[in-house]
Amino acid sequence: MIRLLARNLFGPPLTEQPPAADDAAGREIAAALQRASRRHLGHSLAIRHVDAGSCNGCELEIHALGNPYYDLERYGLRFVASPRHADLLLVTGPVTHNMAEALHRTYTAMPGPKWVVAAGTCALDGGCFAGSYAVLGGVSALLPVDLHVAGCPPAPLDLLRGLLAVMERPRKATIA
Amino acid sequence: MSPLGKLLSDTRPAAPHAPWRRALAGDATWQAAIGELCTGHLALLGLWGERQAVHMALLDEAHSEIAVLTHECPSGTYPSVALHHAPAIRLERAIRDLFGLEPDGAPDRRPWLDHGTWPLSRPLGAHPRAEIGRQDYAFLAAEGEGLHQIPVGPVHAGIIEPGHFRFNVNGETVVRLEARLGYVHKGIEGLMAGADLARAALLAGRVSGDSTVAYSIAYARAVEAALSAAVPERAHWLRALCAELERIANHLGDIGAICNDASFALMQAHCSALREDVLRAAGACFGHRLMQGCVVPGGMATDIAPEGLALLRRLRAEVAARLPDLTELYDTTTSLQDRTVGTGILSPALARAFAAGGFVGRASGRAFDARRAVAYAPYDRLSFEVPVLDAGDVDARVLLRFREVEQSLSLIAQLLDGMPEGPSRAGLPAGEGPAEGMALVEGFRGDVLAWLRIGADGRIARCHLRDPSWFQWPLLEAAIEGNIVADFPLCNKSFNCSYSGHDL
Repeated sequence: MIRLLARNLFGPPLTEQPPAADDAAGREIAAALQRASRRHLGHSLAIRHVDAGSCNGCELEIHALGNPYYDLERYGLRFVASPRHADLLLVTGPVTHNMAEALHRTYTAMPGPKWVVAAGTCALDGGCFAGSYAVLGGVSALLPVDLHVAGCPPAPLDLLRGLLAVMERPRKATIA
Repeated sequence: MSPLGKLLSDTRPAAPHAPWRRALAGDATWQAAIGELCTGHLALLGLWGERQAVHMALLDEAHSEIAVLTHECPSGTYPSVALHHAPAIRLERAIRDLFGLEPDGAPDRRPWLDHGTWPLSRPLGAHPRAEIGRQDYAFLAAEGEGLHQIPVGPVHAGIIEPGHFRFNVNGETVVRLEARLGYVHKGIEGLMAGADLARAALLAGRVSGDSTVAYSIAYARAVEAALSAAVPERAHWLRALCAELERIANHLGDIGAICNDASFALMQAHCSALREDVLRAAGACFGHRLMQGCVVPGGMATDIAPEGLALLRRLRAEVAARLPDLTELYDTTTSLQDRTVGTGILSPALARAFAAGGFVGRASGRAFDARRAVAYAPYDRLSFEVPVLDAGDVDARVLLRFREVEQSLSLIAQLLDGMPEGPSRAGLPAGEGPAEGMALVEGFRGDVLAWLRIGADGRIARCHLRDPSWFQWPLLEAAIEGNIVADFPLCNKSFNCSYSGHDL
């Protein structure tokens, strides 16, 4: 373990400065994300994720946000266990009839102000599962959605971009 | 004669079915098959319904033989398999919920996938009826002084799929755990019926996102078997390349996550970074980080990117160079071993009885691997070991993942060196009338079974996809018994069963 730790200590960090260092847009997002979340919520944004029927592909990419390359928490964004602690509800998957109640209860358990982000093609309109007897539809069939992040599944950088857009929304509304 | 050969000797074959036989079974043959399941001569590979029939896929491990028995149910009933063979319980409950077919003598008559929220009950059956609405679900009881219940889910604390766990505990010791699943039931088999081959491929690739390659290969192989389609050699090799990348990515993710559940974040940091390297390489080579949609009936949707082989050689070398340090880190961290060794033991007898696939089975002494047993292309020409351990605890399931990553790295080296030239996709022949195909493919989690019938119109008439989790979820309940509640996340992650793959 000492060898491994020593290598980490003296080697360069894996964390991309900012994520996807080769991408100018990524750099811009990272900086803006920090500005936006600070403006609205001090230094943090607490996210509660609910899988409302996903194939688990979206979950894998959301997990990836926590790896050393993206290191989501350095922006003050973090996933929380309880909806009571959450500012933002991140929903994946089509909403199945069997998950509708649990999703709705999670949303109502969150204190306001709160945002809902629907991540992935299925969360938009049910995706390839639309029309099934077991599927209610996209997230907006049940909850007011502030933003939809496209992709099947959305790549980690797309998810970051989406979180930023939500943070920017209230400001735009004020200006208008 | 092998047990399966004997069983089939007095049956008549059903429709054209490839590559294995499907036979119509009367009550006597059906009961004889159940008897062989109980003695352990045969293993249950799957049990699924249709409007007026139930199919049972059987595996004879000793002779590497597979066959399907069909029990026709004109009156809507069939003799229960679960009455004698517990692994069939949830499969029968699912058949009842979806098709309305009643298993005679079934030991558990509670619904499973149907939570009373659908517009119709028995939605795929011959006689769907209006849903009667939500009913109380009677969890299995545990009685005794000082027992209390802990209900968990369907929404869990982390970024994880939904399911409900009902713990009966005494102090901090789990006396009984029962899972209730079905929350992410999307009706995939209903959507499959009538779909064209391309749309069905899209759905098959989204049964369980972490196994999208394995499912796509299983579905594609079943279609190709039904249509007697020839697939270019290069396509088989590229598919295996995708499958091994998927296996490595998932195993690395799991190793990190299991250690993280024991609060050992260092391993998680290293493994998740390495996993990201694999996903980025997969994205660069095949155009999608999880390689969704890359495998299609007839071959590959697109060939590997021109610089792909060189890129994967570098990736392979990088992972191979970093893996020994991680293995050592795991082996020498006693505080971590303290949590994993002896925790969540799954007995070899149960693993065998449930025909548990993947690392769950192989960490408990069941040496089954579809790549070896079925030896589908190109694994019949590659050299690899199937690591097996006997301890059956969380530690064994972690160690086994390390060993499987090593094997996959060796396979990738062979695949890169021997990659055949030529096309990577061939057109599919038009089918002549209804045809049935089946495939068994080793995903990272275990063997994925695909069975389908293509109708005269060239569309999917019925497609059943069986996730390995069906035979692993019940074992988690056995493995956790007598452990402390705090070790449940460790045990659960070490099984890492699919919710979506199971719920369909």
